[in-house]
Amino acid sequence: MITPEQRAEYRKHFRNNFTSRLITDRIVVGIVFACVILAIVPLGSILLEIVRNGAPALSIELLTAPPGAVGSDDPGGIGPAIQGTLMLIGMSSLIGVPVGVLGGIFLSEYGNNKYGQMIRFFNDVLAEFPTIVIGLFAFAVIVLTLGYFSIVAGMFALSIIMLPVITRTTEESLKLVPVTYREAGYALGIKRSVVIFKILVTSAKSGLITGIMLSIARVAGETAPLIFTILGNDDFFSGFDQPMDALPLRIYRLANLPYDSATAQAWGGALILILIILTLNVGVRYLFLRKRGGGGRFRITTGR
Amino acid sequence: METIKLKGGSPVFDKIFKIGCAIAATYVLAIIVLIVVQLTTNSYDVWAQEGISFLTGSDWNAVEGSESYGAAPYIAGTFVTAGIAMLIGVPLSIGIAMFLSELAPKFMRSILSFIVELLAAIPSIIYGLWGLFVFRNYILNWIETPLNNTLGGSVWLFSGTPFGLDIFTASIVLAIMIIPTIAAISREIMIAVPQSQREAAYMLGATKWETFKMAVIPYSKSGLIGAAILGLGRAVGETMAITLLIGNATGASAFPSSLFSPGQTLSSIIANEFPEASNGSLQMAALIGCGLILFAIAISINIVAQILVSKVLKTHQGAVLA
Repeated sequence: MITPEQRAEYRKHFRNNFTSRLITDRIVVGIVFACVILAIVPLGSILLEIVRNGAPALSIELLTAPPGAVGSDDPGGIGPAIQGTLMLIGMSSLIGVPVGVLGGIFLSEYGNNKYGQMIRFFNDVLAEFPTIVIGLFAFAVIVLTLGYFSIVAGMFALSIIMLPVITRTTEESLKLVPVTYREAGYALGIKRSVVIFKILVTSAKSGLITGIMLSIARVAGETAPLIFTILGNDDFFSGFDQPMDALPLRIYRLANLPYDSATAQAWGGALILILIILTLNVGVRYLFLRKRGGGGRFRITTGR
Repeated sequence: METIKLKGGSPVFDKIFKIGCAIAATYVLAIIVLIVVQLTTNSYDVWAQEGISFLTGSDWNAVEGSESYGAAPYIAGTFVTAGIAMLIGVPLSIGIAMFLSELAPKFMRSILSFIVELLAAIPSIIYGLWGLFVFRNYILNWIETPLNNTLGGSVWLFSGTPFGLDIFTASIVLAIMIIPTIAAISREIMIAVPQSQREAAYMLGATKWETFKMAVIPYSKSGLIGAAILGLGRAVGETMAITLLIGNATGASAFPSSLFSPGQTLSSIIANEFPEASNGSLQMAALIGCGLILFAIAISINIVAQILVSKVLKTHQGAVLA
């Protein structure tokens, strides 16, 4: 903010030094432009390398076969990992979506008080939380209690990671529904819960779907919490009490192996993973964000 | 008619529904409390045995009988990598945000915002993979080796044998990863600065840079600091890319001694050693203890950041609520 004293000072300053001020301005614009270029270069490089190294590795066998023996001539595929990732997404949505949406409804419709503010605050804190800590928590709660690594523990961890994103996007999109919609509903004598379900949620549908898809894109890339929960496995799904594989986890394993065939598979897996995530992200943007501006801060969200 | 269909619902169901929503919202709070409880109880053994030296010691010995754990090198590693990432990432992000909010023509704004957000959508493990097989070679051949050859003998920062998997590489990839977060939030905060502030500066004859300096920066300072701290929070908790790139030293040698020495962070030691630790062992307790330290660091950083960011954006509801 500019005070009157400052204004007088600036005015005096601006009367002089035209050339040097213009040169400084040009230099700053140049530096800022360089910043933008510097940020784009890694993105270009990452996408390029993934396609360049990943595309040759793609095959039906890679997509469907289980991994072969480590370091052997037949590296097999990453079928179980793809199955695991899809199952984890589905299962964690089973918990994350209903709880997240209800939480969002609470914040938007009943949360205009101290308690709501507190929940909102901690929800945002949880959203930025190191996911490795959530993984350790799921390990302590589920794996240590049940005594085995399983997809259930992975589901629990990922649903916690999904929650804050869905809650906040739900809240934001419900708040975008005009108050008159609510009032019209009440005027007709409709109960609040029914107004929320049949009028508000239907009107804010695209915002809700945006939040859900963004949260799925986020958990699809999560690796750290999976180390402590699903552990990793070479076989397809064989029961809820068995360790399971997932794409990011498999990529991590393959990247640590000293064989070229493993590296090639890791790139192939990375290509599939990034296709899933970018499809969700770009799809959401194309379908919903332009129209409604939903998603809020959680447009910026990523698997860790 | 639609209205007739909608007319259902009893007062009792209304109550139940409200309570259900409240429970769902409270779930988040319960999780945070439970995280503290679980991490504390499960790491109790290591605190009981090591006491405060778990925070200050640097031994890391998992051999049975002579077990000893100290997390100091990893705490240091966490802060050093995050600090370097901030040094590189924050100025770049502010630059990008300035370009997006002040300088870029309209058509470029949406494209560039999209690219920055795309950068944010790439998962950590893919940054790690790219860092390990691609970026590492560039860093090693173009930056580390020349710096080490010319300055390695005289400047401790560049001493050691560059290998590419070290604190330097990890920090730079970390910087690339936090740039989208900081840039996107900073941009929203700069957009929230009232246009009249800029117009006042332009009216006085200020150039674009001067306008930015005297109208935008003072108005959005605390929000920008909040955005940077939010980035710090991400950097501190970052796991997979770091685990693949930092070189994974353990014990006293993991203390960051130069940019080109391998290190270890709190999150990477957990990810690395977890598969070797057996349930109920002291090593497991030590790893969960590292998780507890990480939790404490992350939650303090996040709380400060949330307070700073939300203060600035409170009036700016709808687009971005932080």
